[in-house]
Amino acid sequence: MARVVLEGIRKTYPNCFKAIHGVDVEVEDGEFLVLVGPSGCGKSTLLRMIAGLESITEGQLTIGDHVVNNLEPSERNIAMVFQNYALYPHMSVYKNMAYGLKIMGLPKAEIEARVKKAAAILELTDEQLTRKPRQLSGGQRQRVAMGRAIVREPSVFLFDEPLSNLDAKLRVQMRLEIKTLQANLGITSVYVTHDQVEAMTLGHRLMVLNAGNVEQLGTPIELYQRPASLFVAGFIGSPAMNFAEARIDAEGKTITISGQEALPLGSGGMAEHGGKDVILGIRPEHLELVAGAPDAVPMTVTMVEQLGADTLVHGHFGESRSDLTVRLDGIRNIKGGEVLPIRVTPDHLHVFDPKTERRLS
Amino acid sequence: MLKNVHFGPSVLPFLLVLPQIIVTLVFFIWPASQALYQSVLLEDAFGLKTEFVWFRNFEELLSDPLYWDSFKITIVFSFLVAFLSMSFALALAIFSDRVIKGSGAYRTLLIWPYAVAPVTAGALWVFMFNPTLGIVSYALSALGYEWNHQLNGGEAMALVVMASAWKQVAYNFLFFLAGLQSISKSLIEAAAIDGAGPMRRTIDIILPLLSPTTFFLLVINIVYAFFETFGVIHVVTAGGPAGATNILVYKVFSDGFVGLDLGGSAAQSVILMIIVISLTVVQFKYVEKRVAY
Ligand SMILES: Nc1ncnc2c1ncn2[C@@H]1O[C@H](COP(=O)(O)OP(=O)(O)OP(=O)(O)O)[C@@H](O)[C@H]1O
Ligand SMILES: [Mg+2]
Repeated sequence: MARVVLEGIRKTYPNCFKAIHGVDVEVEDGEFLVLVGPSGCGKSTLLRMIAGLESITEGQLTIGDHVVNNLEPSERNIAMVFQNYALYPHMSVYKNMAYGLKIMGLPKAEIEARVKKAAAILELTDEQLTRKPRQLSGGQRQRVAMGRAIVREPSVFLFDEPLSNLDAKLRVQMRLEIKTLQANLGITSVYVTHDQVEAMTLGHRLMVLNAGNVEQLGTPIELYQRPASLFVAGFIGSPAMNFAEARIDAEGKTITISGQEALPLGSGGMAEHGGKDVILGIRPEHLELVAGAPDAVPMTVTMVEQLGADTLVHGHFGESRSDLTVRLDGIRNIKGGEVLPIRVTPDHLHVFDPKTERRLS
Repeated sequence: MLKNVHFGPSVLPFLLVLPQIIVTLVFFIWPASQALYQSVLLEDAFGLKTEFVWFRNFEELLSDPLYWDSFKITIVFSFLVAFLSMSFALALAIFSDRVIKGSGAYRTLLIWPYAVAPVTAGALWVFMFNPTLGIVSYALSALGYEWNHQLNGGEAMALVVMASAWKQVAYNFLFFLAGLQSISKSLIEAAAIDGAGPMRRTIDIILPLLSPTTFFLLVINIVYAFFETFGVIHVVTAGGPAGATNILVYKVFSDGFVGLDLGGSAAQSVILMIIVISLTVVQFKYVEKRVAY
């Protein structure tokens, strides 16, 4: 068990590419931290620096009580699960799991006990332990990779998109298993993903990276409810948040999307930003279809996607050009070209500065 | 899935394969059948009388201790050549795999020896090790070692092994390097996290994963040592001293063209043919099965 503390961590690759521009985060003992961000933003780089597979250009990394900047991966007491599993193809499942323990020099009986225990936790049968990795299904390989991490009894687990090679159904199942496992073992974990659902559900805290910078760090619900920047707002939540250029009136009581009715700003308004041009963000699930409401805004429908549980309606407000997605529950009989009365719930408006792209208020 | 495309009857396909067929017939099938034919004949040294003797040439050959000596020498020689050139190439490939700067130039340089003809390679080594003129033998004598491969059978063997292995290193290096680069980097990283140092990773992970390449190269190198080292032997030792480096191919030449025992020499060729055919069969049969994982 250990805390992982990153202080001013930077990474410059040998080709002078700056991948990480200063990350500070304290991962508490037993905490599950999820790293998300678009492809190429430096998630793997950061994780690999924690693992010791990439050198740390600048900053200090502490695991437990030790600064580990210059320690070998094996001396950091971590275990890592790779995206492609990285199982040794020429070794049986048992040997794959036992390899690290053998190198540690543990007695045979101890190795066997640990492997058997991990196999039991992961529901791998004795017969499967004798197989080669290529004789297993993707989900089973994933379990073996987890097993190899567990048997080491590390103080930190590192995951680099471990579920991205699995099909959708298995991914849901393994996601739950990883969450349960982490909760039961209580091992500090850092998990890289770019899957929305994994990001929202797995971790205690979520860190959004963008081009090597930390955009926001907080609980998933905090990030969902109060995204600190336009980037986070667009990245967290699926389908993505709707954005429209808008203007706040002089008193800061209402907000107007160009050419539309003014919408009331909830919870006391934004007096300090009166008269400002802003970007308004509204999540698709915070738009309602209400026939006959006085404050409804007409929306012209262009496309409808039926998901069964929900219906996604794409279109735009009146004459405005900014695209809009509305998420309605259940199956709806709506066709392209229709005009729908849509109401915006005032408490769920997100207002951003168009220049700094930061959240206002 | 390959599609079967049917063309109308045409001579073009036959014309296109004709050069290949002619080359095979003239340079392979015809000499091979000649060897087969000669191996059951007994001819006098002047080529005046020829007698059909069934398998007597083979019987004589197999009861000749000199032939078995040559056989043993060939085994030792090819084992040493394969081992030396492969282990050296593997070491180079492992180091080169880690080189980041200038790896292109380094690899290109390493490949050059392969372009050197066997005879030239042999001449090069003979010159370096010449007991009176050679730079290496000069250095050795400065260290108190009198090198003379013209008298010492062991030294002669060492020299032809070195010369033959040197030429093959480049070829092996290329294959090992390709093999190494096909090993997923994350496997090595997983092993590093598991606590295996560079040496241990090489032994536990890299070598087993290279075993298909190693097996392939082993067969190729044995075939090379058996058959393609003629030029080196011819220039460096001519099979001597006292037959110490008289490997089977060289014996075919010296018995047939120098000793003029055409029947016996042809019988030896036939045996060599059988060896190379079986090596090739082994190669094809096991190269896939031998994949250790
Ligand atoms: N060895 C390297 N040398 C130079 N640049 C690199 C190296 N490895 C990664 N990069 C660059 O660093 C940036 C971050 O890479 P990284 O692999 O951390 O991205 P990522 O967030 O994990 O992306 P993905 O979601 O696609 O896995 C990328 O722009 C990449 O091109
Ligand atoms: Mg990555």
